[in-house]
Amino acid sequence: MATETLTLGKALNVGLRRALENDPKVVIMGEDVGKLGGVFRITDGLQKDFGDQRVIDTPLAESGIIGTAVGLAIRGYRPVCEIQFDGFVYPAYDQIVSQVAKMHYRSRGKLNIPMVIRIPFGGGIGAVEHHSESPEAYFAHTAGLKVVSCANPQDAYVMIQQAITSDDPIVFLEPKRRYWEKGQVDLEAPLSQAYPLHAARVARAGTDATLLAYGPMVRTCLDAATAAAEDGRELEVVDLRTLSPLDLGVVYESVRRTGRAVVVHEAPGNLGMGAEIAARITEQCFYSLESPVLRVTGFDTPYPASRVEEEYLPDLDRVLDAVDRSFGW
Amino acid sequence: MAKGDPGASTRGRRAAPRTRKASSGDPELVQLLTPAGERIDSVIGPDGIEYRVDFTDEEYRGLYRDLVLVRKLDAEATALQRQGELGIWASLLGQEAAQVGSGRALRTQDMAFPTYREHGVLYCRGIDPIMPLGLFRGVDQGGWDPNEFKFNMYTIVIGAQTLHATGYAMGVAMDGRTGTDDGEAVIAYFGDGATSQGDVNEAFVWAGVFNSPLVFFCQNNQYAISEPLERQTRIPLYRRAAGFGFPGIRVDGNDVLATYAVTRQALDNARHGQGPSLIEAYTYRMGAHTTSDDPTRYRIASEVEAWQAKDPIARMKTFLEREKIADTGFFTEVDEQARREAVDLRERVLAMPNPEPATMFDHVYPNGSPLLDEQRAEFSRYFASFEGSAH
Repeated sequence: MATETLTLGKALNVGLRRALENDPKVVIMGEDVGKLGGVFRITDGLQKDFGDQRVIDTPLAESGIIGTAVGLAIRGYRPVCEIQFDGFVYPAYDQIVSQVAKMHYRSRGKLNIPMVIRIPFGGGIGAVEHHSESPEAYFAHTAGLKVVSCANPQDAYVMIQQAITSDDPIVFLEPKRRYWEKGQVDLEAPLSQAYPLHAARVARAGTDATLLAYGPMVRTCLDAATAAAEDGRELEVVDLRTLSPLDLGVVYESVRRTGRAVVVHEAPGNLGMGAEIAARITEQCFYSLESPVLRVTGFDTPYPASRVEEEYLPDLDRVLDAVDRSFGW
Repeated sequence: MAKGDPGASTRGRRAAPRTRKASSGDPELVQLLTPAGERIDSVIGPDGIEYRVDFTDEEYRGLYRDLVLVRKLDAEATALQRQGELGIWASLLGQEAAQVGSGRALRTQDMAFPTYREHGVLYCRGIDPIMPLGLFRGVDQGGWDPNEFKFNMYTIVIGAQTLHATGYAMGVAMDGRTGTDDGEAVIAYFGDGATSQGDVNEAFVWAGVFNSPLVFFCQNNQYAISEPLERQTRIPLYRRAAGFGFPGIRVDGNDVLATYAVTRQALDNARHGQGPSLIEAYTYRMGAHTTSDDPTRYRIASEVEAWQAKDPIARMKTFLEREKIADTGFFTEVDEQARREAVDLRERVLAMPNPEPATMFDHVYPNGSPLLDEQRAEFSRYFASFEGSAH
């Protein structure tokens, strides 16, 4: 196995490069994705090697990015749109939920919109307002969209390619605070044998309670599990990877085994992913549960000023505190 | 008229071309057929381009037939709504010439992106006119194949389709399908109200920046439901194009000949790589916005009467009669055909079955979804548990 140590951001870059190489219909489009390589440099060097018809610097208008990508998809292209930051996706919201998500349905399957909408999401980088949000629930709530999030470099490399080759329109959430974290990436393994895009995975095996997370919070939960192990508690960490559709089989299996579940995400808790997951677990695993499903989430406020984001974001202590509450029931 | 490609300049020009050469009196409006039915041989547009059409008699009659059929089918749909057979209907009454003129100017390879009112363009694309009625009856969401007919689905969210058209046109250029006589062009339809939308303005920006082979075709029918044009703009809409870096032109939208000429020119410019343009077809919605609307609340009878005097079909008929291109027998035959097609449409609409309930789960995702499969199975079990539910 030919592995390399890459940051998550670089793994995405190499994955995008592979997608451009493998299919001439793949085009990348967004603000500053060309010469600059994106504000996070995820598309670094791609325009230089593939030209400005494959890696397209667009006018500065998010609805236009998504709306024109719809037309390109109808024409037979596979657009990969970059939304520069989570908080900038809302001008494109109408095109995403009313057009991208519904074209296949409205046309009774005659049109496919094989589009990937890449969104660097979440906080933790000390950014100014509108640059740290977690909009996943808006999209996961919309039928016709699929929503995934990668949490490590290997998944970043593989999942972005899987998303691009899929005919489903996919909102691809990149944990921006993890862009610089390194990990081993197998660059040689064929995509056809890769772990499925729409499957959750146990990121750390454990027996005493299940932590459920995705994107940036997977790392936090893994750290919490390491800390808990020092206190003699073996926490299982499930990386959901897919938010729509949820891969509930892995979730149920884990929770039935451990009897306890804590869902962790940065987005506000009210009507968030955690609410859905908790409800599903309660419906399906009721007799296996030793305590109620708990949530550790951002607060129901706008994302706060960055000097207090450490208090807003779920961290190791809040996760462990929830685990304690679960055991104290 | 045969579908496809009428009126190319090589077609048989009438032996005695009309010598009159004039503008409509409004220097901003390209017109080739006055409300009185007088034929204007050619017009130099404000863009310096000479606009003319050279149709054969048969083609003139074909355009008239299109106008009458489209109006009749539209009237039948309105009647069906009034009788409770359609949930709602968006009539094109008064806009037949704008739609038939532009629709007939399209070539087979051109792609159109409509709103929800383009029944006349749909007809010109060779799509069975029953198709949009399924949408308005509530049995489907538009049943034609956009790629087969080169006519996308109706778009109800105002202006959203202009971006789709722009992206599609970018793809046409990226495919190298411009720059020749048989190149492809794209047309995006929208109304005066849509010009206020961000998406339309973003589409203008994009199309200009990428020099896309695209014609923006705005049917200015004077009202966005109840709001008059003055609520959307303080300059003539076609002049907005200049601000985005491409030409704009206003055409008499009740003049099928001028609409055809102007659209054909713009499409040809696009297919030859000369980029986008904006056509403002100046017309009037003689009916309601939809069957749920009450236009007597916001417009006066004299205004409607003034526009009725500019009726696109009446002026074409006067022209055909005056020039002896068609006789009474022809008009009777067209009316009879329209009546037959309307009856046929009615019968087929009444026979449209409701969809099987479980089909609501179809085609949500190209690759399916396990959660949805589960929900479908659960629904089907529940639905089947009711006596007599199987059909």
